[in-house]
Amino acid sequence: MKPSPRMYFASLVLVLLGLVPIYAAYLGEPFYLTLFGRMLIFAIAASSLNLILGYGGMVSFGHALYFGIGSYVVGILASHGLLNGWMHLTATVACCAIVAVLTGLVALRTNGIAFIMITLAFSQMFYFLFVSLKQYGGDDGLSIGGRSNFGSVDFNNGTVFYYVCYVTLLAVMFAGFRLVHARFGMVLRGSRSNGRRMLALGFPTLRYRLTAYVLSAMTCGVAGMLYANLTLFSSPSYLSWTMSGDLIVMVVLGGVASLMGPVLGAISLSLLEEALKAYSEHWMMILGLLIVGIVLLTKRGIYGFIQDWEQFGAASSSLSGSAVTSAKYDKQGEAQ
Amino acid sequence: MSFSLLFVQGLNGLQFGILLFLMAAGLTLVFGIMNFVNLAHGSLYMMGAFIAASLYNFTGSFWLAAIGMLPAMLLLGLAIEYVALRRLYDRDHLDQVLATFGLILFFNELARTIWGPTPYYMQVPDALSDTVDLFGIPYPAYRFVIILVGLLIAAACYVLIHRTRVGMLIRAGSSNRLMVGALGVNIKLLNSLIFALGAALAGIAGLMAGPIMSVQPGMGEPVLILTMLVIVVGGVGSIRGAFLSAIIIGMVDTFGRTALPLILRQYLERNTANAAGPALASMSIYLLMAAVLALRPQGLFPVKNG
Amino acid sequence: MNLLNVSNLVKRYGGLLATDHFNMTVDIGETHAIIGPNGAGKSTLIGQLSGELRSNEGSIIFDGKDITREKNYRRARMGLARSYQITSLFNEFSALQNVMLAAQAQAGHCFRFWEPMMDSRPLRERAKYVLDLVGLGSRLHACVAEMAHGEHRQLELAMALVSEPRLLLLDEPMAGMSQGESEQMMALLANLKGSYAMVLVEHDMHAVFSLADRITVLVYGKPIACDSAAAIRSNAEVRAAYLGDDN
Repeated sequence: MKPSPRMYFASLVLVLLGLVPIYAAYLGEPFYLTLFGRMLIFAIAASSLNLILGYGGMVSFGHALYFGIGSYVVGILASHGLLNGWMHLTATVACCAIVAVLTGLVALRTNGIAFIMITLAFSQMFYFLFVSLKQYGGDDGLSIGGRSNFGSVDFNNGTVFYYVCYVTLLAVMFAGFRLVHARFGMVLRGSRSNGRRMLALGFPTLRYRLTAYVLSAMTCGVAGMLYANLTLFSSPSYLSWTMSGDLIVMVVLGGVASLMGPVLGAISLSLLEEALKAYSEHWMMILGLLIVGIVLLTKRGIYGFIQDWEQFGAASSSLSGSAVTSAKYDKQGEAQ
Repeated sequence: MSFSLLFVQGLNGLQFGILLFLMAAGLTLVFGIMNFVNLAHGSLYMMGAFIAASLYNFTGSFWLAAIGMLPAMLLLGLAIEYVALRRLYDRDHLDQVLATFGLILFFNELARTIWGPTPYYMQVPDALSDTVDLFGIPYPAYRFVIILVGLLIAAACYVLIHRTRVGMLIRAGSSNRLMVGALGVNIKLLNSLIFALGAALAGIAGLMAGPIMSVQPGMGEPVLILTMLVIVVGGVGSIRGAFLSAIIIGMVDTFGRTALPLILRQYLERNTANAAGPALASMSIYLLMAAVLALRPQGLFPVKNG
Repeated sequence: MNLLNVSNLVKRYGGLLATDHFNMTVDIGETHAIIGPNGAGKSTLIGQLSGELRSNEGSIIFDGKDITREKNYRRARMGLARSYQITSLFNEFSALQNVMLAAQAQAGHCFRFWEPMMDSRPLRERAKYVLDLVGLGSRLHACVAEMAHGEHRQLELAMALVSEPRLLLLDEPMAGMSQGESEQMMALLANLKGSYAMVLVEHDMHAVFSLADRITVLVYGKPIACDSAAAIRSNAEVRAAYLGDDN
């Protein structure tokens, strides 16, 4: 496949992100590892949401729930002296999966507006649960004594930790890439495009959407686990509706149903917030208006904007993204 | 548990439910008829409270504040609808969620800028600061008036929805939006009307809640989430469902917070009860929602789609 | 034994009786048309047969099994495929992707997370075959959003065909088609005749009378006649209710 401007841009961003530790070491500013590490972690969380929201069409306004669960698993286990990284990871994935199955079974039998509200309600429910757990910090949050212990991979080393986040992001993106083009992903995308037809064709769509929801939850939980390691803190605010809203903003800002979109969205939102905070103490007003403006003016976010620009410039027939993929795949198939 | 305590908590639950109904009535119509996710409804509630509180502190009269707040809220609702939301009616729910999320951020910060971050004090009007005697049990007059006013408005909503032509269009639009448009009804006008009505009701809720809950930036969102809970349990688009569901949730939440810790303390060891009590209390309505939806995914009174 | 046996089907919408004690049988390989004036309840009927709508009374027996309570996705797996009167496709995918997606519904489960669907040779071959059959062989990679209405209708049929169904439920396959397009579709359906059992809902009388083995006439949800095409043509009651007397 001939690389498009889009792919060049995406590769550039990813390479630059990979070079951050070198840049940070050169400047002697470990702060950059924290700043960009944060972006990587949110990129993972946003990517997980993108699977169900962008590709699956399920607008979940409660995805911060899993981010929070991941962070609290680390916090709670650490507060009992359990610092084994593999235990943290297993517990995170397990808890997120269980909660996702239970809430998903209730929420996924509705759709549209009801689904948005129910996912929000469930995340609120857990928000209040964690607020009421006074022994684990309650409203004030929970300080974490030390980072997860993964043996030879030393999370306490800033550079190592950064690269763990980086590799995790790349792995999530690659897994996502395979998944959305595989049979499972096509069923998911079909369900988004025309759920009624999918059922008529013979697909029991609920189990596919539930599976996607659970996978998405587990991935988001891992992001939460990494975040707790980064900040050494766990807080109910990690489960707040504002956090869920921020995740949605990241996905849409970057461009839904594209693999690079959430990454760009996470980076953009972080940079935007930093820039606005420096400019004015009323930065939330500006951000709010900007979000409204972006929704009113664009259709598919930054990445989609680039895609449109690229296709506008293309001399050949106006095939849309998917159809182009279809043709390319077919040519590859025929070459075998 | 004495009868008077039960009675008072029951009324508190009813009063809370009434407030939730005022919020839910407008929003369920917006969700059901316009198929529009309006997360900024909580912001309307907040603005109603702030505007009313400001007018009250400025004029010293609760009634002037109420009278002044209504047209202000209608204007605000129409302005928001015209400038930002009108273009979003045909867009994805996702776009609507995002845009109204942006509005929440904007309005919260706006309120913080104009009125400051600390709670803005709004006094209970003197005439209602005493208690009334209900079956020999004293109950705060102000809260009692909220119940009365709320029931009055609920009755008015019923009359509007079930006995007027506009109401008929609203009900028809609730089950088949496109058909109503095809029948030649001015959909734009109907939409604006519904939105303005919702804004007014939210403003009234904000006005009445002002003296008993704190008026501060961000006060809208917890109420919004409860409102959405009410709508989901009641059935999207159904006013009747919103009413019943609001009362139920108001009661369950109030009793959950007061009775549940007491009950738990009777049956469980002290420490566990003290830990579990508040947790379960705040989760009780969400567990209720989950239970209702597990049995009836469309809510208690689903609007049948044509 | 009939392939499909519908007896006493009733569907109510509040006070409205949309389907009024409907009876019908379809034999293997038969083309059974359903005709009637607008509002007769034809789409409601197809909805009940496909499983999208729940009947209030009556039974539907398919291939000896009672499927009255079965959900529509189960009926599809059992060999009952439908096409829609108002085109219902996957707009952002190409024709090939649409049909391959439809094909994989019959290929066991789709919990495969790694291999691209487009790489599957059997799916692709099957899809190409069906697209060729309906006349879209040269439009494999056209995006649905950019196809003409007539091509949409062809694709609708392809989606139903690719699952190798026992029975096709075709809801006005020629809806909105021009004269030329309709004749193409008619030729296509004539080709399929005999290999598949078909329930054909149509307004195009030329197509109905040349394709159908038997015709059931539906008026206000009630079947008023069921007979061979020739007999229906000369049936006085049917002419009064629907066909008109100048035929």
